[in-house]
Amino acid sequence: MNKLIASVRIALRALTVNRTRSALTMLGIIIGVAAVIAMVGVGAGATARIQAQIQSIGANLIMVSPGSISSNGVRLGSGAVSSLTEDDAKAIAKECPSVAAVAPTVRGTVQVVNGNSNWATSAQGVTPDYMTIRDYSMMSGEFFTTQDVDAAAKSAVLGATVATNLFGDNDPTGQVVIIKNVPFTVAGVLTPKGQSPSGQDQDDVILLPISTAKQKVLGANKANAKAVSSLMVQAMNPQAMDQAQQELTVLLRERHRIQPGEDDDFSVRNLAEVFAAQETSAQVMSILLGAIASVSLIVGGIGIMNIMLVSVTERTREIGLRQAVGAKTRDILSQFLVEAVTLSLLGGIIGIVLGLTASLLISHFANWSTQVSPLSVLMAFVFSALVGVFFGYYPARKAAYMDPIEALRYE
Amino acid sequence: MAAVIEIKDLVKDYKLGQVPVHVLKGISFEIERGDFVTIMGPSGSGKSTLMNILGCLDKPTSGIYKLDGISVGDLNRDQLAEIRNKKIGFVFQQFNLLARTSAAENVELPLMYTDTPAPQRHQRAMKALLSVGLAGREDHQPSQLSGGQQQRVAIARSMANDPKIILADEPTGALDSRTSIEIMAIFQRLNREQKITMIVVTHDPDVAAYSNRNIHFKDGKLQLDERIAQPRDAAKDLEQLPAEQPEAVAAA
Repeated sequence: MNKLIASVRIALRALTVNRTRSALTMLGIIIGVAAVIAMVGVGAGATARIQAQIQSIGANLIMVSPGSISSNGVRLGSGAVSSLTEDDAKAIAKECPSVAAVAPTVRGTVQVVNGNSNWATSAQGVTPDYMTIRDYSMMSGEFFTTQDVDAAAKSAVLGATVATNLFGDNDPTGQVVIIKNVPFTVAGVLTPKGQSPSGQDQDDVILLPISTAKQKVLGANKANAKAVSSLMVQAMNPQAMDQAQQELTVLLRERHRIQPGEDDDFSVRNLAEVFAAQETSAQVMSILLGAIASVSLIVGGIGIMNIMLVSVTERTREIGLRQAVGAKTRDILSQFLVEAVTLSLLGGIIGIVLGLTASLLISHFANWSTQVSPLSVLMAFVFSALVGVFFGYYPARKAAYMDPIEALRYE
Repeated sequence: MAAVIEIKDLVKDYKLGQVPVHVLKGISFEIERGDFVTIMGPSGSGKSTLMNILGCLDKPTSGIYKLDGISVGDLNRDQLAEIRNKKIGFVFQQFNLLARTSAAENVELPLMYTDTPAPQRHQRAMKALLSVGLAGREDHQPSQLSGGQQQRVAIARSMANDPKIILADEPTGALDSRTSIEIMAIFQRLNREQKITMIVVTHDPDVAAYSNRNIHFKDGKLQLDERIAQPRDAAKDLEQLPAEQPEAVAAA
């Protein structure tokens, strides 16, 4: 321990003798570490943002939409037929044990009017289950009830974007909006969710009871009054997703009388899987950025090795003298290793500070959330020490195994 | 008196390409504890090679070298380093002090490679500096000292770890004649008061006159080995010289 402190002191003295050179040598490590910290921070920020968006669409969601059918050899696209009904939704909720809730949905675009303001938005006819499935909460007012759905009440719930566009800063709850000449009472306003993972504004929406939506706003399907645009199915828990998917597929095939060997007339999408792919790509980006930044750390290490080699050659006589007065192989080795590690660690610490500053600046000016984890700081610190050991070893070894006679005579 | 150095049939060959060069061709002699020996000889006579072997910086090709009873030929690199640390002090022609390092820390250098705790290291360095007449200069760096003072720091360094022998290779080669006598006076005093065996390589017959024994080398062999009955006293010679000039700071 005593010797280590002494070596560190000798190393610090040697480094202060050539201040400019030491600073320039450290610069490589400083830039490398700062780049790693900032880039990993940017990547982690992106991942965190996507995770938050995935949270916002609701947990354990399976989306069932009408599928393609082929009729006499002509294949029609997905959604070409309205094969799903409210009865399907009720059956799934009742008969599939892995399913927690089902919300049938009808969708359309409508013009919503309040006095002399109007706004075009997506109208969704839903049941109260939709609120729990999508994990909505109310900013003001209440969601409409099952009774409202049964009675086809003229009640509407506004998304925050719609509310702002029609009412400004006023609370719309209890006010009346007009859709297709039908007055609706605003039951409440949803708490904003922000963007969906696919970039849509999740607050630009107006929710109506599914019955009212069909009868008064979107118009019922003439062939099948009970047809719906899609079903949102929520599994009991994340582990039950596959099970739920399987159960509802079997049930729907049975209900739709699809023979074995025939294609489904509906399609099932696991939303979490879709967005998990985006999350993965963000993580890949994060790793890629980190990897590119690590290259500069390695370049910095090579810079240290270069300068240490020069330093060893310059101090050949000093090394010879130290050997003559009794320095053993490992004394010289540790002296130069400590010097290299001191350089790289000092560079690492400065780099960490610089990297933290850079990621703060990025999130402030580029409006890009960054997350610097303590782990990445620790890793950068340890890694810069390792760079010092790795790239310092060869020069230190060269010094330690010098022939003392030649070293003493070196000019 | 027992011999501190025993050399028997010492041979050293170098390979210069394919041709072996015989530098030392079978040398035998002993140096007694507390003796003051000068070694002389023309360039290429093998005296530098002998110094390297005596200083445990190099190993003989064959023959026996015993330092303080230890046969050096069997030791490895690190064991040799330990022997140098404990038993030998080196003084060089070019002083070989660490630049930008205080006199005290230069003197402490051999003790850095021992287990001596820091306060004791400093204490011993101060004592060594005092005995070479440099008390009060311990914080000076080599560039702030004259050539003679630098060599005195080097001598203090050589004796810091209480060696059995001090090996000096042309210690006065870079100094003027007055400073040379000062250095020899210090050597004589260390030899007399601390019973350190002194071995000095020199070209200068005047320097040899201060020793008890003079060994001449030629062509890798002992040519002459004479006892000096009445060595000159360097301290007395200094008194004879005119009053001391202010020392000029060494240009180097």
